[in-house]
Parts: sequence; C-alpha cells; structure tokens
Amino acid sequence: MRTIKEINEKIKKGQVVAITAEEVIELVQKKGIKKAAQEVDVVTTGTFGPMCSSGAYFNIGHSKPRIKIGGGTCTLNDVPVYPGFAAVDVYLGATAIPDDDPRNKVFPGEFKYGGGHVIQELVAGKDVRLEASAYGTDCYPRKKLETYINLKDLNEAVLFNFRNCYQNYNIAVNLSDKTIYTYMGSLKPQLGNANYCSAGQLSPLLKDPYYKTIGIGTKIFLGGGVGYVSWQGTQHNPCVKRKDNGVPQVPAGTLAVIGDLKTMSDKWLKGISMLGYGVSLGVGIGVPIPILDEEILKSAAIKDEEIFAQIVDYSQDYPQMVAKSLGEASYAQLKSGKITVQGKEVPTGSLSSYSKAREISEELKSWIKKGDFLLTEPVAQLPGAESGYSFKPLKERPIARLK
Amino acid sequence: MISKRIVLHFPKRLVDEPIVYNLIKEHDLKFNILKASITPEEEGLMVIELAGKAEDYDKGVKYLKSCGLKVESLSHDIRRNEKKCTDCGVCVPICPVGALEVDPKTRKIAFHDKKCIACELCIKICPTQAMEVHF
Repeated sequence: MRTIKEINEKIKKGQVVAITAEEVIELVQKKGIKKAAQEVDVVTTGTFGPMCSSGAYFNIGHSKPRIKIGGGTCTLNDVPVYPGFAAVDVYLGATAIPDDDPRNKVFPGEFKYGGGHVIQELVAGKDVRLEASAYGTDCYPRKKLETYINLKDLNEAVLFNFRNCYQNYNIAVNLSDKTIYTYMGSLKPQLGNANYCSAGQLSPLLKDPYYKTIGIGTKIFLGGGVGYVSWQGTQHNPCVKRKDNGVPQVPAGTLAVIGDLKTMSDKWLKGISMLGYGVSLGVGIGVPIPILDEEILKSAAIKDEEIFAQIVDYSQDYPQMVAKSLGEASYAQLKSGKITVQGKEVPTGSLSSYSKAREISEELKSWIKKGDFLLTEPVAQLPGAESGYSFKPLKERPIARLK
Repeated sequence: MISKRIVLHFPKRLVDEPIVYNLIKEHDLKFNILKASITPEEEGLMVIELAGKAEDYDKGVKYLKSCGLKVESLSHDIRRNEKKCTDCGVCVPICPVGALEVDPKTRKIAFHDKKCIACELCIKICPTQAMEVHF
C-alpha cells in the first residue's frame, strides 16, 4: 500500500495524513477499514505511567586533578548512582533511594525522593549535588569530589530505560482483610478497589500487537524529546495467549528505549512515590505506527472494548508467584469506573494517565504534520509471537554451605 | 437553612459523654460525622457537618462550648497542586466521598473541594505528591 520512505516524502512536503490512535477508531467506524487505510499514513500512539526499569547515564567530565569514580561510590542529591564503569560515567536508576531514607521501617514508608525525582530535577534544569569518593590511583589521584552539576554542562546525559511500554498489564485487587501497599497503588481490603495501568486503545504496543512496524531503531517520542527503540525490553514475553484480534490477554511485549535527556522535559519525566513500595519514574512515550497495509490499520483501530486485562490478587497470588486470574475486564469497563469481581462491584483506579497519553499522541501527530519528525525503518524485528522467546521465572539452586 | 463543617475537640473528661446525641436532639440539627478519632492521650477529635436553621445552629454551638468542647471551623484544607498532578486517577477509588472524580470526556481528574472532608487519604497515596494539606 505504501512504504515508510513514501510516508517520509509526504511528511517533508507537508502532505502527510497523521491521526491519533483514538481518531483512527472513529474514522474506521465511519468509513471502514479499506477507505481509512487508503487515507491515513500514520497513526500516533501515547502512554504515560510509572516505568520502574528506567534510568539515565551521565558523563560528568573530568575534574582537575582527576578522579576515578569507577569502583568508588557516588550520589546525586544523596541518591546512590551506579559507578561501576570508567572514571566519570555513572548510571542513575529510577528506583534508587538515599541510604538514610527510612524505607518501610515505619510502615507504609512514604518514599518521597529518589532516582526518578533526581532525573526530573535534572531535566528541569536544576542544580544537583554530586558527591563521590574513590580509592585513588597514580593516574587518578583524587579521592573526594563534591560539586553541583547541571544537565547543560554534562558531556552526555542519556535516558536509557530497559523496560518500558508494557503491552497490556494486570488489574490489581486485594482479597485479604487489610490494606496492602503495592506498585499498583494502595489496595483496600476485600476487593475495595481495582487498579490498572495501561493507556488501552492509545498504548503503543496494543495498537501494533504483532510488532509489525515497531522494532529496533523505531524513532519515538520519549520524555518530550526524541528517542529510539533500542531493543526488546526485559521480560519481553511475546508468545502469550492472545485474543482473535492479536491483543495479548496478559502482560506481553516490552520495549527498551534510549534518547538524549537534554532534549526532554520535566513535563514528561516525573518522579513517582508509591506509598509503602518505593520510588519510580513516570515516563511519557509516543510511537508512530506507519500504515503500510490494511492489517496494520485494522490493529491500530482496536478499541478499549476489545482489549482485555486479567484481574490478579496482589495480597497472595502475585507475591507468591501463583499464576491465577480472577477473571478479565476490558479497558472500556475499567474506564467506566467500576468492574465486577467475584460478583462484587469494585471501583477502579488508574496509574497510567489517559489524558496525558492523549496529549502525547496529539503532540507526536503535530511534530509529524509540521515535518519535524520523520519515521525510521526498524533495523531488526522484536522477537514475535511465534519466536518461542519467553519470560522465565528464576530457577533457584541452593548454595551449599561449609559446615 | 445553613450547613457548616466544624472541628470539635473533646477533652479527656468528656470523651464518654453523649454530647452529639444531646446536640442533635435538643437543637433540631441534622448531622453528618465526617471524621472521628480518639488520640492516645484519650482526647477526642471530631469533624462534623451540621445543618439546620441559623438560630438552632448558633444555640447548638453555644451548647457545645458550654460543655467544655473546643469548637473550630474546618480550617485546614486540601488543595491540589495542578502543576504536579498528572491526572492518573489512582486517588479516585481511595477518596471515600467522591471528591476526586474522572471526567469521562477529558479523562482528567476533577477535585471537588466542596465535597472534600479533609480525611487526608489522598495525601500519601498521590504518586506525584500533588495533593497538599494547607493550614
């Protein structure tokens, strides 16, 4: 029908027809798949939610005299960063917290500040306090470094998230008699609430369920700037049960993404505090789907009513690794504000911001229409639904102790 | 008809007196207890909404004060920091009075501060610390 090259020509000429993953649903209802596929070149998706396996690496530049932080210790605003590289490269993980954070000692802990918040402050242009200590060598004699750093002065500042953009997710409930505090939010006892975390019909991988267009090298909206899909994300699990429309019924594909932090904005990268659980980073991602054929358009027009997630008990089943579903609900049901679980009406809450997802899909659409954003051909495919690639549990092998 | 939200502080010696019962029965007021707790030192705190005729309300409050209760208007309130809120909606099922609600069209979260009873449940669970207590 059309190639990515042809779409890019249209983008350059300002003639491209780009619409959001919500708008394409309406268009298909009005005109049918065939007509819509002829008209539309690109469908833009979006998602905004907490994504824990996120982080950023920095090269802070060499001090005089030199210090080798590699093998030493380093913190940013008291949050430990991983320094196990060369002299002045460090990686800050989204869930890292200061050593003196009380954690869950007084339960549930509040986790007010951590790696995600440092990333948000850096992106906002704020100065951040770096403290490092090292053992000192002949070529790197310095042992202590305390300085403010600012994003604009760093050599490289790269957001590198190795699991984002989950293709579908669980609906979390609590069957026990007390409130529990999870990464899916606070769950009230005896099915007090049901929390979900996906943009549903706007979510990138749900609109390209077989990864026909999204692959390694796909250019994306990342944190308000430009990024790329760098690999399949960790825990990528493409071979799960799917509905007839190809949409996985459980958490499935994931993306690893990378991009220049200096082009991003604190509007789309937000430090997250989950009561009793820890800190994280809220990440905004948008992926363009080129409409290369009718099948791709058909998937891009899948709606909330046709996307189902599993209801999982987070008081017993999830922590104990018991794979059990209490039933399923569609994102249309979830968005209505209540679902029925075990005969009980349960109010729903979302961790993923649908209004922000919508804003991202609109933003990406406007970049494409203005000619600011060309699409890329993936350089390799993600492991697909027939690949046999799977997400395995840990096989523990006890370590024999000396007597 | 007026309707007001007030905070009552019960000293230890009054914690087991049926004061609210007398208040309602003798002054023809409607009441809605929004929050009630007894601290470890056994002082009682109650946030209560009273509705009725203005003169009955004034008499009722006079009665409360005559019993030795400290009566304050509900002065600390909950506000949303619009810059911090990402409109996720995780607070919606936590709020016991429906003061946080999803707008079905925009999918943004509306905060109805008139409905808010300042229970503070949303404060700690907000992932971006957007809900704030102001005194």
